[in-house]
Amino acid sequence: MENRILLVAELGPDGHLKSSIRSLLTAAKSLKGDIDVLVWGGDTTSAVVEAQHLPGIRQVLNGSGPALADGLAEMLCALVRPLARQYTHILTAATAIGKNWMPRLAALEDVAMVSDIVGVESPDTFIRPIYAGSIWATVCCPELLKLMTVRTTAFPGLEGEGMDPVTVENLPCPAALLQSTRIAVHAHAQEGRPSLENARVVVSGGRGLGSAQHYEALLGPLADELNAALGASRAAVDLGYASNDVQVGQTGKVVAPDLYIAIGISGAIQHLAGMQTSRVIVAINKDPDAPIFAVADYGLVGDLNILVPELTAALRK
Amino acid sequence: MKILVPVKRVLDYNIKARVKADGSGVELAGLKMSLNPFDEIALEAAIRLKEAGQATEVAALSCGDAMVQEGLRTALALGADRALWVSSTEELQPLSVAKLLHAVVLREIPGLVICGKQAIDDDANQTGQMLAALLNWGQATNAAEIQVGEGRVDVVRETDGGTETLRLILPAVITTDLRLNEPRYATLPNIMKARKKPIEILTPEELGVMVEPRLKTLRVQEPPQRPAGVKVDSVATLLARLKNEAKVI
Ligand SMILES: Cc1cc2nc3c(=O)[nH]c(=O)nc-3n(C[C@H](O)[C@H](O)[C@H](O)COP(=O)(O)OP(=O)(O)OC[C@H]3O[C@@H](n4cnc5c(N)ncnc54)[C@H](O)[C@@H]3O)c2cc1C
Ligand SMILES: Nc1ncnc2c1ncn2[C@@H]1O[C@H](COP(=O)(O)O)[C@@H](O)[C@H]1O
Repeated sequence: MENRILLVAELGPDGHLKSSIRSLLTAAKSLKGDIDVLVWGGDTTSAVVEAQHLPGIRQVLNGSGPALADGLAEMLCALVRPLARQYTHILTAATAIGKNWMPRLAALEDVAMVSDIVGVESPDTFIRPIYAGSIWATVCCPELLKLMTVRTTAFPGLEGEGMDPVTVENLPCPAALLQSTRIAVHAHAQEGRPSLENARVVVSGGRGLGSAQHYEALLGPLADELNAALGASRAAVDLGYASNDVQVGQTGKVVAPDLYIAIGISGAIQHLAGMQTSRVIVAINKDPDAPIFAVADYGLVGDLNILVPELTAALRK
Repeated sequence: MKILVPVKRVLDYNIKARVKADGSGVELAGLKMSLNPFDEIALEAAIRLKEAGQATEVAALSCGDAMVQEGLRTALALGADRALWVSSTEELQPLSVAKLLHAVVLREIPGLVICGKQAIDDDANQTGQMLAALLNWGQATNAAEIQVGEGRVDVVRETDGGTETLRLILPAVITTDLRLNEPRYATLPNIMKARKKPIEILTPEELGVMVEPRLKTLRVQEPPQRPAGVKVDSVATLLARLKNEAKVI
């Protein structure tokens, strides 16, 4: 049987298609079937065109309208549910948005869903981390409609462009619901740095930084030298050194950059869960026995207040 | 308004989970179990709403085998007014738990359900959203702030780009994030008192819910390990190796 696969994309704040769609394409390839891409948002004009040129897809579905601008789970379910049963698989990235709406759709359709897959063994068997990634479970999902969120760092983005733009089908925008409304957004400005999800280099700080001032004063210049995104441990976020959206770990974001530099971070399992598949890991910590050194390719033991400025200065040269 | 808080008993977050020697599952025998940290945060939020006069009762509920009563005792010691145990020895997956919670909500009619955002054992992050769907209630996941008003609740939630505030019509389902509050500790006298409090027992059959697991775990294994790294003695050596050996800068 041919599978029919729907990938639900996400738009960035700039209205462009997020690159995570290319990781979804890689995951979908092993599912063997026709692939449709659903683009949704308040204004999808540029994202739809970008989606039309993705490699190996059948068509683009476009859900655009004011009721979808806020990305509420209730609205996304209203958009996707009428189409759901035309598909054997629906995949979306395991982001705050994806984790919010997909379980809701699963319950509406009375199917079990598989969260955060890192591997596809066959069209019904998937690998997913449990227990903060200390264990991987291989799970068989017998549902006729398989719903999954995908850990995009585990699937390298599929490269290339389609030959001709595929067709677009416009979906009716669902009517707004009164159940929930978004009344405010407080976006955290990234100050010209790359976003944590896409950065090639991540400079991440923990409790060892000692204060919000130190976090910015020591890590900011280093990140700028490396064109890196800033990340943080939970302790650093709880203490107000960094914003919640840069927490790396089991219950924050999962990143896998080419280079991850952990500074003043002990390496709790919950933190490792979010960064241990980075290509190269560097740790700077004054405690030679800190668990972070067990996953670090290169460890530097010493006081970060001395070592970090030294590193920044050496990079400048 | 009554608040229902579903709580799960899980392997303590300080203990590294390991695969059983025969590879058949995760080793839990003899290891320290605790309330899921997000559920402690949910309980704390509910108790604070009661203390502020915005809720009349906090009921904690746990689904699972006889051991989950331990978690319910902790919930009572922390300040829950009632404890409900849905007794089942089946493997309870999020969809089953959501269906059980749904059936209990129809009996108890709470104005608010506060779940944890994820159980730190299965890391599913599904149950609260599934429950909201079954009830056709609004949902706000990853709550960092909760403000109850007349017939509504405003929730500041953590997102991938910062935070946003949702206004939900009550009744509603909220799931907690780490920074919603810092849970209190149970005092010894309260722990003693909690031992004597009754736990109300329900069963899936009574609730009319089928709980067979739909997903089948075929294997569990340790993930691929990183090869051991090295310690370098200076910033200069570090940079040289990052350039010449790792080729990342
Ligand atoms: C439910 C739950 C979910 C969690 N989720 C996450 C998550 O998603 N992400 C996460 O990160 N954590 C998470 N945690 C928290 C985690 O368990 C740890 O508490 C946290 O990661 C510790 O942060 P840290 O390494 O910054 O602080 P600490 O563990 O306190 O480590 C600070 C480190 O800094 C070093 N240091 C101090 N001063 C200096 C100096 N001058 N020079 C050099 N080094 C110095 C110390 O040697 C130490 O190793 C979670 C916990 C729970 C219970
Ligand atoms: N067996 C259970 N009993 C009661 N509540 C549960 C149970 N399993 C999950 N929950 C609730 O659902 C939340 C999310 O769990 P999960 O979807 O498994 O990550 C938890 O934080 C609890 O609030």
